[in-house]
Amino acid sequence: GLTRESVRQSAPRSGAMSMVLLQLGQCGNQIGQELLELVNTDGRNDLGRPDSYRAISLERFFRQEAGTDVPVARAVLVDMEPKVISHTLAKAMKSGQWSYGNHSHFCQKQGSGNNWANGFCIHGPRHEEAVLDLVQREVEQCERFGGFIAMMSLAGGTGSGLGTYITQCLRDMYPNSFILNQLTWPYGTGEVIVQDYNAVLTLSHLYKTSDALLIHENDTVHKICSQLMNIKQISFTDINKVIAHQLGSVLQPVCTRWSISEYGSNPLGDLLESLVTHPEYKLLSLMNIPLMSDKSLQFSTFTWPALMKNLRQMLIANAKMEAGIDWQMKLPPAGHPSVSKPFSDRKLCFNTSLANLLVLRGKEVFQADTDSFKEQALYTSWMPADSALSVWRTSTTFNKYEKSASIVSNSQCLQRSLDRIVTKAWDMFASRAYVHQYMKHGISEEDFLDCFTTVEQVIASYSSLG
Amino acid sequence: MTQSVLVQVGQCGNQVGCRFWDLVLREHANVNKKGIYDEALGNFFRNVDTRSTNGDDTNLHKGKIRSLKARAVLIDMEEGVVNELLQGPLRDVFDSKQLITDVSGSGNNWAVGNRQYGCQYRDRILDVIRKTAEHCDCLQCFFLIHSMGGGTGSGLGTFLLSLLEDEFPEVYRFVTSVYPSADDDVITSPYNSVLAMKELTEHADCVLPIENQSLIDIVNKINQMANSGKSASAIKLQSTLISGQSKVKRQEKPFDAMNNIVANLLLNLTSSARFEGSLNMDLNEITMNLVPYPRLHYLVSSLTPLYTLADVNIPTRRLDQMFTDAFSKDHQLMYADPKRNLYLACALMVRGNVQISDLRRNIERLKPSLQFIPWNQEGWKTSLCSVPPVGHTHSLLALANNTCVKATFTDLKDRFVKLYKKKAHIHHYLHVDGMEQSCFTEAKNSLSSLIEEYNQLDATKGLPVTNMPRLSIAT
Repeated sequence: GLTRESVRQSAPRSGAMSMVLLQLGQCGNQIGQELLELVNTDGRNDLGRPDSYRAISLERFFRQEAGTDVPVARAVLVDMEPKVISHTLAKAMKSGQWSYGNHSHFCQKQGSGNNWANGFCIHGPRHEEAVLDLVQREVEQCERFGGFIAMMSLAGGTGSGLGTYITQCLRDMYPNSFILNQLTWPYGTGEVIVQDYNAVLTLSHLYKTSDALLIHENDTVHKICSQLMNIKQISFTDINKVIAHQLGSVLQPVCTRWSISEYGSNPLGDLLESLVTHPEYKLLSLMNIPLMSDKSLQFSTFTWPALMKNLRQMLIANAKMEAGIDWQMKLPPAGHPSVSKPFSDRKLCFNTSLANLLVLRGKEVFQADTDSFKEQALYTSWMPADSALSVWRTSTTFNKYEKSASIVSNSQCLQRSLDRIVTKAWDMFASRAYVHQYMKHGISEEDFLDCFTTVEQVIASYSSLG
Repeated sequence: MTQSVLVQVGQCGNQVGCRFWDLVLREHANVNKKGIYDEALGNFFRNVDTRSTNGDDTNLHKGKIRSLKARAVLIDMEEGVVNELLQGPLRDVFDSKQLITDVSGSGNNWAVGNRQYGCQYRDRILDVIRKTAEHCDCLQCFFLIHSMGGGTGSGLGTFLLSLLEDEFPEVYRFVTSVYPSADDDVITSPYNSVLAMKELTEHADCVLPIENQSLIDIVNKINQMANSGKSASAIKLQSTLISGQSKVKRQEKPFDAMNNIVANLLLNLTSSARFEGSLNMDLNEITMNLVPYPRLHYLVSSLTPLYTLADVNIPTRRLDQMFTDAFSKDHQLMYADPKRNLYLACALMVRGNVQISDLRRNIERLKPSLQFIPWNQEGWKTSLCSVPPVGHTHSLLALANNTCVKATFTDLKDRFVKLYKKKAHIHHYLHVDGMEQSCFTEAKNSLSSLIEEYNQLDATKGLPVTNMPRLSIAT
């Protein structure tokens, strides 16, 4: 396997690094805009915060552009039809606090029709040069370039198909740069009928080129909106704001070393180094607490012990949110041999991790005791708990929450969801339904089989963790 | 953004088309207050400067609306309908170069329309269509509107389909076909329909069958509501599925109400492509998601609401009612029983102030009463468009790829067989150059095998849902 040293990109210890965001397709563009809005607002909040928080956050996501008064996002917007990009650009402008670059977007006239093959085989090669040109311009404007975050959904045609192709191009063009793909998994009950095909095709290809896949599931975020945030009529804007909050909780400045004053300078590199310690394991999930409506927030207080207790149980029981947590799920007692977990007996199916990253923000953060996350039983037998756990802290509060705790986990968290996707896609493939639509644009049955094999291997790898 | 071209063929096609242009103008006028020519308008219209001196109208791509010209091709082998159109309030919307007419009609004979006129007008039609396509920056779709039972719409209309496939293979072909009812007064309508069906199956990307009787029933339902007289249930007249553009009570033609329904179908079908929303659905996504096998591209459509009540307060319950109605037979544009048959796929295209949670709640609620084919248990494709139709706060168009259509097709086949057994009226067809008896048998066989494809899928209904054994990975 890879050693930590070989994964690390040589980076200066001090000074802020910048990341380039790629917003791909409707979902990628919508979430990207919310993320930028969030980090900009959170960064601007001056209440008792060190200047460096704002400066670093700004440098990470924004730059200056001649002729524009407000910070300009280090982002490239790509879509195959114009409506979403127009809307996204306008929305950013309306904030009055930041905007997108004047020449940062690329779009065409006709979308990909939810067809991964159309996005990957046709649009990708056709528009490669133009898109990479925009990317290169953005990278050149980074004094210290810290890697890419490519945002896309799995369900459609552009984000998933074109997004996968562009990721491959990025890997070829920037072999030593970090690439993190932020993927949104659609609702289990269709947004798009062929979404499971598109998912399998995307995941299998990205696994070979991307450094890590950070996953959000619409179903989970939807439940967060309804059960925790009490939103009655949930819109995609609500969903996207939660995802943005969760991403921001990890990407905003935080100390990755045990020093109170120095913020980590290499967010993506540090993230990948902590979590992706083996090339077979690239799926990351993100949980963040607390999350609640503004109204409830007024009347709530939080303690670190309570937050740590909940977060730990959420990890063990694979509860994606802070409600309906299964407290019956327990780790095997220390010293006992690890039991093989039958899928049928749920009590034994606790979530085994390869690596975990805790990001804690807020008051009294240095008093938070994270030892409960260092138990060896949480981790696969061949990964010592000491190496598997990383903890980042900052006493700077994040986005209205007096205390905020996130865990980015490389674990079996996503295995069941992935399994469901593959089951549905495989059943559909067995009937060859819709396959003619993909073959039309150059994806053969052989290609499908290869992709299924790759994803089955990923599932098997995670299964074998314990 | 992309453009679409409407090709209206025959009497029915042109009457429906006329209503479409009326209503699409109304829809855009409702949204486009500043009179600027935008990309949404550009989908169906060009903006021309008619003052240019070189004879050819120049297309203006931006700026104020000067003169809107429909991206339409009007074809009829009789002059009556098209002439009326040219004298009516829409005359400025059409360019005389877009029209192809003749005088003698097709005599309700598919062979005359398809073989005789097809041959005769092929080059001219191609010329007009090419010119119309050249005005488009990025032509995505041809919408063909016609009826199946006659001669021109049915014959010449389907001739056009294969022509379009050859000349513009990358452009989608969506067909709105009005099928004859069992008591249709054209005796040869079963022949015309079945001969046309073969072309639809082979050359269309997507077909939306419409039955006159369903339209009549919807019209009656609306009129009943409108005339019920209770003030509490007063409906907004502008909002009904059957209301036309003008607020002045003008001489409404007999089929206007029915044709408005079909026009509204097309408006709702294209709304998410024209206007923005949080979950867009373009036309190419319709075929991608709803057509699992190339020939099975017949979609049952239903529209709700039929009208909006005058009181503005829309509680959630009423929103949910809209979803329930979409799955009630009263709102379908053809007679069929999707609930008793098998769904291959279903699309819900929502307009207006509806969010993803409303959509999800209703899918969960309705799912148990619907049967989906085993490999597509979650076979839902959804879209949310922010712009509602005129007079409504929200609306829903449901498109179902369901095996229930085989009942309609079987009926049609039976009517065909009844006539054909006696070789009734065949000679009228065989007189036409290029028409042979084998055409009839081929058409019937095509329909039979289509029905058989649906039957085979139906055989999976009711079977326990088992998952296929997965690939096993050596560890």
